[in-house]
Amino acid sequence: MARDAGKPIAVTGIGMITSLGVGVAENWRRLTAGDSGIHRITRFPIDGLRTTIAGSVDFMRDEPITIPSHSYVMADRAAAEALAMAGMAGQDFPGELVLAAPPIEHDWGTRRALSARLDCGENSPYSPGRRVHPPTPDLAPYYEDFLNGTLAERLAEKYRVCGSPITLTTACASGATTIQLGVEAIRRGDAPAALAVATDGSISEETLIRFSLLSALSAKNEEPTKASRPFSKNRDGFVMAEGAAALVLEDPEHAKARGAAILGYVRGVGEAADTFHRTRSHPNGQAIIRSMQGAIEDAGLQAADVGYINAHGTGTPENDKMEHFGIVNVFGAEGAKKVAVSSNKSMVGHCLTAAGTVEAAFTILTLRDGILPPTINYEVPDPAIQLDVVPNQARRQEVAFALSNSFGFGGQNVSLVFAAA
Amino acid sequence: MAREVWITGYGLLSPLGETPEAWFAALADPARWRAGVDAAACAPFPIHPVGAYALEKQVPKPGDQRAMGPLMQYGAYAAGLALEMAGIKGNAALLQETHLVAASGGGERDWDLDRQILAKLEGANDGGALLNQQLADGLRPTLFLAQLPNLFAGNISIIHGVSGSSRTFMGEEAAGVDALRVAFRRCAAGQGDIFLVGAAYNAARPDLHQQYHAGGILLTGGWQPLWHRPEPGVCLGSSGAFVVLESKERAMARGARPRARLLAVESERTARKPGAAAQIAEGSFARILPQTKPGALAVLSGASGRGGITHEEREFLAAVAGDTGLPVRGTAAAFGHAMECAPLQNVVLAAAALERRALFAPLEPDEPIEAEFEGALRQVLVTSWGHAKGEGMVLLEAIDG
Repeated sequence: MARDAGKPIAVTGIGMITSLGVGVAENWRRLTAGDSGIHRITRFPIDGLRTTIAGSVDFMRDEPITIPSHSYVMADRAAAEALAMAGMAGQDFPGELVLAAPPIEHDWGTRRALSARLDCGENSPYSPGRRVHPPTPDLAPYYEDFLNGTLAERLAEKYRVCGSPITLTTACASGATTIQLGVEAIRRGDAPAALAVATDGSISEETLIRFSLLSALSAKNEEPTKASRPFSKNRDGFVMAEGAAALVLEDPEHAKARGAAILGYVRGVGEAADTFHRTRSHPNGQAIIRSMQGAIEDAGLQAADVGYINAHGTGTPENDKMEHFGIVNVFGAEGAKKVAVSSNKSMVGHCLTAAGTVEAAFTILTLRDGILPPTINYEVPDPAIQLDVVPNQARRQEVAFALSNSFGFGGQNVSLVFAAA
Repeated sequence: MAREVWITGYGLLSPLGETPEAWFAALADPARWRAGVDAAACAPFPIHPVGAYALEKQVPKPGDQRAMGPLMQYGAYAAGLALEMAGIKGNAALLQETHLVAASGGGERDWDLDRQILAKLEGANDGGALLNQQLADGLRPTLFLAQLPNLFAGNISIIHGVSGSSRTFMGEEAAGVDALRVAFRRCAAGQGDIFLVGAAYNAARPDLHQQYHAGGILLTGGWQPLWHRPEPGVCLGSSGAFVVLESKERAMARGARPRARLLAVESERTARKPGAAAQIAEGSFARILPQTKPGALAVLSGASGRGGITHEEREFLAAVAGDTGLPVRGTAAAFGHAMECAPLQNVVLAAAALERRALFAPLEPDEPIEAEFEGALRQVLVTSWGHAKGEGMVLLEAIDG
């Protein structure tokens, strides 16, 4: 947590892809219309699965999808859009790249193909009883494409960023962490800009089943668009989704000097780690509360100054309960009833690694246009959660300051405060 | 960038033990460090495993132990050692202002399950339904959490109570250097006072062996001297390494004893065309050079052993040594190459060597860059040229000079 109110950092470019579509304009149009991007999974067989719906991004390409290739294509598209919007396309980027990416490992298609071709020794589970080949150059993609650093390396080369690109994960807070790292680097004068990108194309049989086994996913499969129900009494889990977003962060003086249009500002960042449990917050909510308070303090504001909260709002029973608890603690019982709180995840699903950046981008658009996106599927209010969730329909409302929350498995919590330009 | 940054604690769980006495005793005797190589366990790939250690000393709760695979266990153990040395362990107030920056890949998979599934899929017609069923029946929720890289830091927060913040970097060697760089720069700039920075690596991972072997980078057969290995020259080593970074002001205010001073962390990248990494390293070294003390400086190299790039680093270091006579130690010869953890491991070794003012003997006496050094060690330059990408350089100094 920064001890002084930090310098505001300008946002001069945004790029985005979610299950709602490609590009900022299409996403914002559909989000404010209350559309859902959740649908039946067609990427792989769904036989026997408890959850058969997702917000997968299936319209980017026709080739077979691997997690790194899909994540790269979306990150690349988002970065290109953000840089073009910032007026920085095709030039050396004056700062570093901070990328949030899903952890990369071989998926089952890759694992099967490679296991059939490469001899890894008698003891290896991955060359079961085969006498096949030593490594040959055609197998190199099975190595290079699946290194955790490769996505950032390729983006750094393509977009000509400075220095060593960072790849990070703080689970579902990852996107927000990229913005935080970029803001910190600009504030301490390392560079006048930073490119914060987050991407997640990790929907596969195994990832879906893993989250299912943690009882984290909604199983309301009948009507996919109705499954994600943040803050509702009948919420039963989150819906996995894919997407990417990119933000060009810039020192305001640098942006003004080159005549760039400023879309909004990052005013404050806060974070806190929970030490209680691997998938649950401490019942005292301290880490969530410290995270929100830290961001508001860093912005030099009071809670009452914040007019809108872009909630983490996953739709799991646990998250929404704890987030409400945290909001009541930070804003007070009365303040919590006044501040508008909505969840983009009701429409795009939970983009996991990319969620924090996708939602940061939506928050900037919210401030820019004075339109609060709704929480859809809000039909059965949870009496224990007394919040103005902007139910079901977007609302015209000018807001000066907005808070965006991202809380991850493993206790990593990040909150960001944004201001209108 | 005004504040001085100290290392006030370090911890290293390694193939050569977990105490400075053990590391330096083993490094002084080639027969002892060579005995750390296990050629059989993951044949045809030799590895440097960590020896027996008492996990419960740093991770007392069985529930916490079960929630982690070896990778995270090594990290949690080394983090505990570093916090203990820094006098932070168990101090709730200090832990709440401690920021954690870790470098880690994903945790271990269930290899027996993978083996079974691959065997069953082999003859199956309807692979998809079978795969779903096998995964749903076989995967265990606890293991999934042990696979998430961010749980590496998450577990350290839970076990040791580190609650300032938690960030996990991914991406092989460069992730380790960048974790150190970001913590160093935040600390120097006043964006936090106390940082716990580290990484871990488990060399006995058949899933990673399969991936790396597809790229033709792993050494097969027997151990070989580091600097002259073929392209498939990486011999992996298990490790957990953490340091506590602290602003001088904060450390003095609480009476913490400094172990070494961190002077510079350089982290760059380039498309790896021949000579490109050396060119980047020349730039980094030129920036660091004004802070160096010729005659009292040694290099701990993170060279991975992968042929081409290791030979390029050897030539770069030979050129630098030709001007200044500085002695080099390629530590992967004795510890194995620990990927994300390699740069952190060398930073810990550097801090411990600086406390003793002494460098250990050459690991490859026939290689000219591994010169003898009998003088009083005042500074150590750690290099980290990733096996695939990333060129890092770190300068540390003894506290009194």
